[in-house]
Amino acid sequence: MTVRVQQEAFAAGAELDAFTARATGAGAIVSFTGVVRDVAGGLIAMEIEQYPGMTERAIAEIVDAARSRWDLAEVLVIHRHGPLAPGAPIMMVATASAHRAAAFEAADYLMDYLKSRAPFWKKEITQRGEHWVEATTQDEDALSRW
Amino acid sequence: MTLQVLYFAWVRERIGLPKERVETQAATPRALVEELRAREPRYAAAFADTAALKVALDQELAEWDAPLAGVREVAFFPPMTGG
Repeated sequence: MTVRVQQEAFAAGAELDAFTARATGAGAIVSFTGVVRDVAGGLIAMEIEQYPGMTERAIAEIVDAARSRWDLAEVLVIHRHGPLAPGAPIMMVATASAHRAAAFEAADYLMDYLKSRAPFWKKEITQRGEHWVEATTQDEDALSRW
Repeated sequence: MTLQVLYFAWVRERIGLPKERVETQAATPRALVEELRAREPRYAAAFADTAALKVALDQELAEWDAPLAGVREVAFFPPMTGG
């Protein structure tokens, strides 16, 4: 498993190629890339704050939980912090398994938990001012399906 | 005991600092918040509604009534918005 928390940009395609090369024996690889979205227009940057130390720990726990639930040959989680421009990749998850059901489900599970259990906070800096993105009840409800 | 107390996101902004050392006898995060609230208006503003906040003890999410005994680091923050 690979977990990276970083400020630098990453190239999702190159990451996926390297992941595929590591995932020997897997029959199915699923990947997800989250991108900074300008929801209301006028977004200048998305600032992502994190809790250094707890971030790595929380992500490792989430990945461990996924691995105990599905038979995964390999898992990748990359999550950025710092100011990110619209259109920039924020994070990436990839899962490799023998069959696609496990790979899809595990990637979905990882995304749900990374969204509301990994210590990251998003702030939108727009032409009209700044505001913290609020967690939604859907985010929390998403966890109950697992 | 002396605790390292960390604040994130709008809790950090309202209090005006990312972390500080706090000398306290509080038994739980709930009691610690009561002490901090009584300090200054900026703490009262940050902790006005603890239902809107989460707490972590030594970098693990915890309950408001969890024991602080033996804990070194306490963090207060709004619900996470990763992904």
